[in-house]
Amino acid sequence: MPEPIRAISQPTWGDPDLEALERLTAALGEGGVLTHKVDRDELTIVVAPERWIDAALHLRDAEGYDFLSDVVTADWLDYGGDVAGYWGTEAFGGRDMNRSGSWGNAAVPKPLGDKRFSVSCHLLKLMTVEPGEYRRLRIQTWLDDGEELPTLIPLYPSADYHEREAWDMMGIRFAGHPNLVRILLPDYWEGHPHRKDSPVGGEPVQFSDEV
Amino acid sequence: MATTERTGEQRAWPTLAVPSPTPSITVPSTDNPDILEINLGPNHPSTHGVLRLVVNLDGEIVVGLRNELGYVHTGIEKNIEQKTYWKAITYVPRMDYLSFFSGEVAFCMAVEKLLELEVPRRAEYLRVIFQELTRLHSHLIFLGTGSVDLGGIALLFYCFRDRDYVLDLFEMVTGQRMHPRYGQVGGVAEDIPRGFDRKARQTIAYLRGRIDEYEDLIGQNPIWRQRTVGVGVMPPEFAIQMAQSGPNVRASGIPWDLRTANGGYGAYRELDYQPVLGRNGDVFDRFWVRVQEMRASLDLIEKCLDGLPEGPYISDDRKVVLPPRHELHTSMESLIHHFKIVTEGYRVPPGEVYAPIESARGEFGFYMISDGSAKPWRARLRPPSFVTLSSLAALATGHYLADLIAILASIDPVMGDCDR
Repeated sequence: MPEPIRAISQPTWGDPDLEALERLTAALGEGGVLTHKVDRDELTIVVAPERWIDAALHLRDAEGYDFLSDVVTADWLDYGGDVAGYWGTEAFGGRDMNRSGSWGNAAVPKPLGDKRFSVSCHLLKLMTVEPGEYRRLRIQTWLDDGEELPTLIPLYPSADYHEREAWDMMGIRFAGHPNLVRILLPDYWEGHPHRKDSPVGGEPVQFSDEV
Repeated sequence: MATTERTGEQRAWPTLAVPSPTPSITVPSTDNPDILEINLGPNHPSTHGVLRLVVNLDGEIVVGLRNELGYVHTGIEKNIEQKTYWKAITYVPRMDYLSFFSGEVAFCMAVEKLLELEVPRRAEYLRVIFQELTRLHSHLIFLGTGSVDLGGIALLFYCFRDRDYVLDLFEMVTGQRMHPRYGQVGGVAEDIPRGFDRKARQTIAYLRGRIDEYEDLIGQNPIWRQRTVGVGVMPPEFAIQMAQSGPNVRASGIPWDLRTANGGYGAYRELDYQPVLGRNGDVFDRFWVRVQEMRASLDLIEKCLDGLPEGPYISDDRKVVLPPRHELHTSMESLIHHFKIVTEGYRVPPGEVYAPIESARGEFGFYMISDGSAKPWRARLRPPSFVTLSSLAALATGHYLADLIAILASIDPVMGDCDR
């Protein structure tokens, strides 16, 4: 008699901290929190880039989010497109699996912001709660090419390497970062390889005569 | 049974401020012209990979430190964006090559979260068995290479010999010793073969005795204790500020372990496990915690073998999971599915997820964005070694150069994980 298949047990983020969202919205006032999303148990709060520090400060001091686990960036250039429909239909662009698409007849959801880059922080309540009641949330902000974001180092020192990597790989500048230089790539590298318009392959081979 | 005492009573935590203005760099506080600047690495046995440390020395005291990373950066995250989900799994264990199977599980869990796919219980248990085996593998290498850095040559050979017994188990199940590509979206790639249970239990029994000996070898050794006790203390506040995770924070007494946090994930939810905690957060405790974690891993594997449920080892969702091999000879449908999943992949619903797991060096998870095509729009690893190395400058400054080597060994970075 095989045992029943059990529902998936993902690493949990804890319950979405909607109370913190409410208080953050109230604290930042008009134009602070732009939108939020609860998707697959993950709470994403989108804040305006000029309120980035205020949001982090509120979450750290008033809500007890004391652990910055990661700063992640993404380039949403040409994300999704306007296709929708069942697979294989004409509106969907035939059967091209490399094209964006949704399951079923719904359109691909729009990104949470309307600019090109998203910068997100995964924040964690760690020391301020009992073990077993950890909460995790993601605050996100959206930037266009060339726009700057204030650095989080004074609030969360662990942001240092992550912000350097974001500059190196995605070309996002953090104002006030004391040492914003490339971290993984050599200093003379041109471009930011994780951008979607950065080519794959074809770059000159280092230490060869082709350079 | 070895009963190594820990470093005795809880000592008062020293204050360790995060360096200012750059948290990952320390600079000499004086302009003494006798201060030397030397390079440790990029090719140096103590750096465990290709890491370059630029050290400012006042006599033998480290007064300034800067890490130079990126020597093994190969753009794996960008490469994953170019591959279908099915093919990208092969890349992932090459990042953290010592706890390789954790990477596969982390990647598969992120994809499963996007797909909202159910994983059978047997697969969850098999995943825990191999996650713990890979943790054993990683900690054994840590112990061996770390003790070489402190002058204990013998342990390296013992640990590498035992690591091979762990890899034998991987070879028995997957045919590969390292980088087995055993994780599969929806479960694992193969069921365990007949005889695995017996061989695994033999290995566990063997390793139990061995780990006792290794613990005596380092814990009862006065030279070892002189080199490690009270060196490189990481206070809990500092660890939280610098976002440390894994055995490094547990050595500082913080019970932060994703295997138990909020009930844990996968089959850890059903296994009774308590995080191993150190007391003083020094180099000795970081070694001690890992040795105890090896014991805990052996217990967990044994519990999994005892309670291994019957049933399928992979989900039966034929849209994303390969059909069973034997069906390919008789079923046209299966052949078509097999061909399509391998060549063009499967679509994953749009979304943005982050699924962290506890690897051998801490919180290890994939942030993944899907746009509904067969390839990830963005895949980003949260690299524990990268975060760990940012704390090295503060930990080592003020210590002797020889202690810097000990501290670097004790925080256990893997450069493949750090540079990706």
